[in-house]
Amino acid sequence: MDKKSNQTDQARRRFFGQVAAVASLTVAPGVILQQVAHARSPEEPASDKNRWGILINTNKCAEGCDACVTACQDEYGWGPNGPETRSSDLQKAQWIRKVKLTDKQTGHVQTLPLMCQHCEHPPCVDVCPTGASMKRADGIVLVDKHICIGCRYCMMACPYKARSFIHEELHDQKVNAPRGKGTVESCTLCVQRVDAGRQPACVEACPEQAMIFGDLKDPESAISRELRENGGEQIRADLGLNTGIRYQGL
Amino acid sequence: MKKIRYSTIKGNSAGYLALLALLGAFAGAGLVAAYFMEHYGHYITGMNNQIVWGTPHVFAVFLIVAASGALNTASIASVFSKTAYKPLARLSGLLAIALLAGGLMILVLDLGRADRLVVAMTYYNFKSIFAWNIILYNGFFLLVAIYLWTMMDPTMSRYTKTAGVAAFVWRLILTTGTGSIFGFLVARLAYNEAIMAPLFIVMSFAFGLAILILVTMAACKWTGRPLGDALMRRLKNLLGVFIAGTLLLLLAYHLTKLYITQYHGVEAFILRDGGVYTQLFWLGWILLGSLVPLAIVYHPAWGKNRSLIGFAATLVILGGLAAMYVIIIGGQAYPLLIFPGKEVVSSFSDGVINSYTPSLPEFALGVGGFAVALIIVALAVKVLQFLPESLADEVVDPHHK
Repeated sequence: MDKKSNQTDQARRRFFGQVAAVASLTVAPGVILQQVAHARSPEEPASDKNRWGILINTNKCAEGCDACVTACQDEYGWGPNGPETRSSDLQKAQWIRKVKLTDKQTGHVQTLPLMCQHCEHPPCVDVCPTGASMKRADGIVLVDKHICIGCRYCMMACPYKARSFIHEELHDQKVNAPRGKGTVESCTLCVQRVDAGRQPACVEACPEQAMIFGDLKDPESAISRELRENGGEQIRADLGLNTGIRYQGL
Repeated sequence: MKKIRYSTIKGNSAGYLALLALLGAFAGAGLVAAYFMEHYGHYITGMNNQIVWGTPHVFAVFLIVAASGALNTASIASVFSKTAYKPLARLSGLLAIALLAGGLMILVLDLGRADRLVVAMTYYNFKSIFAWNIILYNGFFLLVAIYLWTMMDPTMSRYTKTAGVAAFVWRLILTTGTGSIFGFLVARLAYNEAIMAPLFIVMSFAFGLAILILVTMAACKWTGRPLGDALMRRLKNLLGVFIAGTLLLLLAYHLTKLYITQYHGVEAFILRDGGVYTQLFWLGWILLGSLVPLAIVYHPAWGKNRSLIGFAATLVILGGLAAMYVIIIGGQAYPLLIFPGKEVVSSFSDGVINSYTPSLPEFALGVGGFAVALIIVALAVKVLQFLPESLADEVVDPHHK
């Protein structure tokens, strides 16, 4: 090989190297962003690489505001305008509720939304005789409507009273969430939205941006960073359930 | 001691048919109630999202607890070799099966999806105490049936003791399981106590024996079979021991809760401020269900009066139902402790005493389960030799002269 052709080869290699570098710089952010906002395909199972959770800042949660509750009602068709027409108020389902707390010592008042806390060690899953009450690999606690026998033991076991029983036949249901008479239901963390890479309806609806949804296992997620910097508590942390829903300002 | 002879009842008297018709009417009403609950949904009941287990569960848990206790008389004969109880061993086993069947019928028909019973039998979450109970109930049926077989088939009699021990151990585990359904519930302040398992066991002794006493008295009276004082004395004294045992464990339960500050609220609710639950606790369970029967069975004169012994056994049963109402519904009526130190208000009954009004379908289903249990007994004693021909002193008492 003569000297001239050797120089040509080197120039060609430099050119290809520069092209590769430019291509990487152009494509890489897209690839990385694609991973962040990754929506699972229907064939791909939920993974324990994620642990979905919500951080709720009770200091931002406004008294009298129930945007999160109505958003959930609209998404899933429960509540005063829902299809439960014959059940009494005590029998109607509530997937999420606003709770007003007054400190008995100081009189300090705060409000917060309360729903299924998506525990790492959910008592509802422990007690369910058939395994209908279950936790997905990514930490979302759900009821398998096909094998729920309606025994309500999960409702006895939940320390947050997060579950409701369907007391009547329901019609005109939302496709998002089939609700069957005689079975138990609760907040699903908007599992179908999460699987599509979206936020839960309550988080999206909060006008105060008091709720942050994200992956507790990703140290760079907004929820992990906020928890690391400013902390967050679990309701009834003494029970050791390691909830996926965390609160600030409790 | 004479050889014990058993025989079937004729079962063609007007009284027998009337009894079956009456029980059948109650059982039928229970099934109709269950049909309505399944067809329309549980909105027709008084149960709601706060009181999720209602009157059907009061009856169901009572019957399931009483079932294991009803076996005791057989166990005392076979396991502890007290021959005086042997004539009642078959009836004791029969009652155990019948009461469990009645209790389970209520429990299953109250399910939101009773049609999915096969799911409950085929999908098991082995961490669930409920799932364990499904296995324990089925095992109990099987073991007691084998036990009865060894008692009723002379060629099998050499296995009676083995089967009796197995059934006795199994029944202790079963009632431990029933009590633990509540004992394992960390969320509710009224439960979450290991003592609920032994409390349920000693309650089962009392409830089961009370039912056995009444059924024995009725069967002997209606079929003209002698029932001697010797056996009655043993049975009523034993009932007294079991009532006292229940009171002791109940005292330990409440003292534990009263000592720990966290539980002062729920204790004040059950023992002092709980309205119907407080009344049922003190008047139903303690006074009428425990102290009055205790006074009757140990009173030198009253304790010899058959009618009063029967009355005492009836009071134990009614007191037992009151006890279950206080435990199951009172325990749910007191609010959960979700935010310690805070007053809580919400649209979902947070921080308030949960209200519950029992409905007719719930009562009908519960009473129907009782009726089904008694129908099983009434039919079984007609087709198989469960009842001894005599419970007179010379048959029962080994020292009778």
